Amino acid sequence: MKRKEINVCVLRVGGTNCDAETKRSLQELGVNAEVVHVNKIVKQKNLLNYDALIFPGGFSYGDYVRAGAIWAKWIIAKLGEELKTFVREERPILGICNGFQVLVEAGLLPGFEGISIYPEAALATNFPIGYNCRWIHIKNENNGKCIFTRKISRGKVLRMPIAHSEGRFIFAKDKEEEYLKKLYENDQLVFRYCDANGEYAEGKYPINPNGSFHDIAGICNSSGTVFGLMPHPERAFYWWQQPDWTRRKRMHQYGDGKLIFESLIDYLTKKF
Amino acid sequence: MTGKLYVRRKTSYSIFEVNILEADDKSLLKISKELGIGLNLKEMKRVQEYFRRKGRNPTDVELQTIGQTWSEHCFHKTFKGEIKFNGKLIDSLFKTYIRKATEKINPKWCFSVFEDNAGIVHFEDNYGIAIKVETHNHPSAIEPFGGAATGVGGVIRDILGVWADPIACMDVLGFGPLDYDYEKLPPGIKHPRYIFSGVVAGIGSYGNNMGIPTVNGAIYFDETYVGNVVVYCGCVGLLPLDKFRRNVKPDDIIVLAGGKTGRDGIHGVTFASAELTEKSEEVSRPAVQIANPIEEEKLKRAIIKIRDLKLASAITDLGGGGLSSAVGETAKRFDCGAIVELEKVPLKYPGLAPWEIYVSESQERMLLAVPPKNLKQVLEIFEEENSEATPIGKYTNDKILKIYYKGEKVAELDIPFLFEPPKVERTAHYKPMKFNEPNFPQPDNLNEVLLKILASPNVASKESIIRTYDHEVKGNTVLKPLQGEKAGPNDAAIIKPLDSSWKGIVLSCGMNPNYGKIDTYWMAASAIDEALRNNIAVGGRRITLLDNFTWGNPEKPERLGSLVRACEACYEFATAFKAPFISGKDSLYNESPLGPVTPTLLITALGIIPDVRLAVSMDVKAPGDIIYMVGETFKELGGSEYYRLKGLIGKSVPKVRVDQAVKTFRTLTKVIDLGLINACHDLSEGGLGVAIAEMAFTGGYGVELNLKEVPRKNLNRDDFILFSESNSRFLVEVSEKAREEFEKLMEGNVYAEIGKVTRENRLFIQGLNDKPVIDISLNDLLKSWKQTLSRGV
Repeated sequence: MKRKEINVCVLRVGGTNCDAETKRSLQELGVNAEVVHVNKIVKQKNLLNYDALIFPGGFSYGDYVRAGAIWAKWIIAKLGEELKTFVREERPILGICNGFQVLVEAGLLPGFEGISIYPEAALATNFPIGYNCRWIHIKNENNGKCIFTRKISRGKVLRMPIAHSEGRFIFAKDKEEEYLKKLYENDQLVFRYCDANGEYAEGKYPINPNGSFHDIAGICNSSGTVFGLMPHPERAFYWWQQPDWTRRKRMHQYGDGKLIFESLIDYLTKKF
Repeated sequence: MTGKLYVRRKTSYSIFEVNILEADDKSLLKISKELGIGLNLKEMKRVQEYFRRKGRNPTDVELQTIGQTWSEHCFHKTFKGEIKFNGKLIDSLFKTYIRKATEKINPKWCFSVFEDNAGIVHFEDNYGIAIKVETHNHPSAIEPFGGAATGVGGVIRDILGVWADPIACMDVLGFGPLDYDYEKLPPGIKHPRYIFSGVVAGIGSYGNNMGIPTVNGAIYFDETYVGNVVVYCGCVGLLPLDKFRRNVKPDDIIVLAGGKTGRDGIHGVTFASAELTEKSEEVSRPAVQIANPIEEEKLKRAIIKIRDLKLASAITDLGGGGLSSAVGETAKRFDCGAIVELEKVPLKYPGLAPWEIYVSESQERMLLAVPPKNLKQVLEIFEEENSEATPIGKYTNDKILKIYYKGEKVAELDIPFLFEPPKVERTAHYKPMKFNEPNFPQPDNLNEVLLKILASPNVASKESIIRTYDHEVKGNTVLKPLQGEKAGPNDAAIIKPLDSSWKGIVLSCGMNPNYGKIDTYWMAASAIDEALRNNIAVGGRRITLLDNFTWGNPEKPERLGSLVRACEACYEFATAFKAPFISGKDSLYNESPLGPVTPTLLITALGIIPDVRLAVSMDVKAPGDIIYMVGETFKELGGSEYYRLKGLIGKSVPKVRVDQAVKTFRTLTKVIDLGLINACHDLSEGGLGVAIAEMAFTGGYGVELNLKEVPRKNLNRDDFILFSESNSRFLVEVSEKAREEFEKLMEGNVYAEIGKVTRENRLFIQGLNDKPVIDISLNDLLKSWKQTLSRGV
């Protein structure tokens, strides 16, 4: 598949608000990206016309009840079958911030065995409590399963901003060890919060900005094609979005966020 | 005698006729009070006269409509009225000072000023930038979260109300001291800490949920804000100017879109036009609206689509006064009349009386005028977004407002009458304050003083608050409010709104309430200078201004006198700097049982930068670079943070020397455009000491300065040089390589090399006698600056 043949669907619903910049990042890389309201997808039944699906950041349905919960239930009810097909055919699904929350609430992540009926993890209220907008570092932990990080060498430290109040990744206390082991065994662990030198946060604020279990910032499902992360790659795409560009004489043209979109496109061009 | 004054019509719903025709003065005032419409006797008599001419009594719907339209909040009676001041008669403060400045400057780049919900200036090609700043003080005092959130929601709708897509928010807040003694709080006044946390959460909640980055602002603490919290909410939008539509014709349909209408926000404008009292909570709680940002987000999507397809002929937001203001003002503007059928308005719950429906200020509602042929398509677009839209009437060609409820006429008013309230006549009086300049010896330990000033709430880092606002969403924030890893305070924010262009917009503000305690004239001058120099420091130019006044009761002559003084300065300095006002707002009657608010003028500055790649941040960049002081330092410590630390005010308020300032600003823009400077930071609260400390710890390099080199007049004390707050000054970092060119361009300006960036992790300053007066590690400086308002983690 050539780049210009690729069609990515950036889904939105009332309260989604990072759709435009997500679409822009994809278009900059030469693929077709379209922001589509879920109402339209449901009406036209055309989800399977797209090669990849992105749940962007925002506050879907105001995040009332719990972040991402309403949209997750809604999407499973209305588009559950299509989503199953999407996952089965290993078409990529990316959830950024609120999108990650949706994928977890919908049971697509961690997705140890396909789509689970009940959420197996949660993105809980930050600790320290409250909304937090800041640049953080994450380290690529993945050994190659996650198709969204294949252009990123293992152990590489990336810089991106986070902006959320519910990003504390947790498992149920009694499942913590078992599930973490599974994440490692299945190569589903993708990003962990660390400092600029790559030292893990070990829970220390603000390096781990939300109190996530095991400093987890992003995970993928067991097939590596569904991926969710709290940081915003679309806000770390161009050099001028970075927090220290005024200090540097020379900047790379792009920020680290681009690597995630590049990996996605690379996968699509090779696989389909 | 209430029975006689109000006669209920025999209908299934509640509507009263008010017996105004026979009412004496006392009854007229009684009616005004009992209906909660806040009209004075002169105004009530004008109403009586009108209905006598009509030969009938008004309904409650009619009186409420008049009350809303004539309120201070909607009509700005004080700014439009006549003021006797120092033996002269000022016919409208607004026309005489604010608009006149813009007319005199007559800038070509202004697209629409003072006309619409927001001011609009040209940007690039076919694009314009809309900007508006609102006040939401009164509601925030009663219900901090809801008050602040709906303040943000309201100003975003102002931007939508000129067909612009909101791209950035700004918020400037004023609170009482957070450690205020609970025992001293009078009944009905909430503790500053409670108000502070509610307001900050409300602002974050709305902006974050809407996906609009909050990129600029300020927080100021003052005793007078204990009883009168100050909440300024600003929003900036982008619009293609060829899609800007305002051409309503008779028969265009009135479409009400967005949220449903309820009893929240009844009489918000009347409430905002009165002083706060012990009973405000009880009486005015319903005046505060309930926020639902997601409703507005959906509304925004639909409106932008309708704009792009040019399907509507006008748009306005429903803010103060609800439908009554929005319908009335649109009809007035296009020389139309209007017919409204109130039963069509979607309600949150049944049981609202017709007048309540008409004046409710429920949030997230917009009013569109739609030519009949486009109606279907418009309604479909709203439906696609799950946003409710309902035709509720139409515009007519007769200049009469007719309101129906369930087929029965409940109001009929002539539009011209509705917009001709009796002119307010007020008296203003100005008496210079009698403060003395303090006399104390220079303290032995200036290290301690600097650390204390850095920790004072007005100077201290606001990081813990700013991080609760999403300032990165949309991915276009080129210069962020927090600079770098240490999160230093950038002077202004820069947004790059178009993917196709490097041009950016520069947002900054200036506010100096403490100077106003000495003289509001120099407070206003300083606020303008500060807003401009913040903008210029990062690379902004072609700057337009917004004025937002928060004042006490204008019916008290000395309060009004200080307002006139501030307006005089606005005219003088806006024209001198050639920075026109394009929009503004006043919030008067900020008085509580603790007294009036200290006069607080916020100046917001909107500049452009031709290429965002030229932007300059405030952090020092490289050891060996030279530090220059640009501008002259005077013995101006009146109202300074230094004096405040000693519990003093003083008299020597900073002035603005316009000729020198204009020259400095212009030269600075030139050197920025040539890429000659590595960092630039404006000097404001805390003066040189604070500014250089911020530059050093943000950049992570030490700085060495010598106070002897600072260009100054009549200043021979280290502490005064360090902490004077003279206006129009900058600190600039220049590399040795660029020195020659920089100095050549600076010729004719007051400036001097005062030190250099070092590899030491210290701020080291030599005093006039060459002995060290400041020697502090960057860590200690940073710690003091950050601890005061830290999150306490």
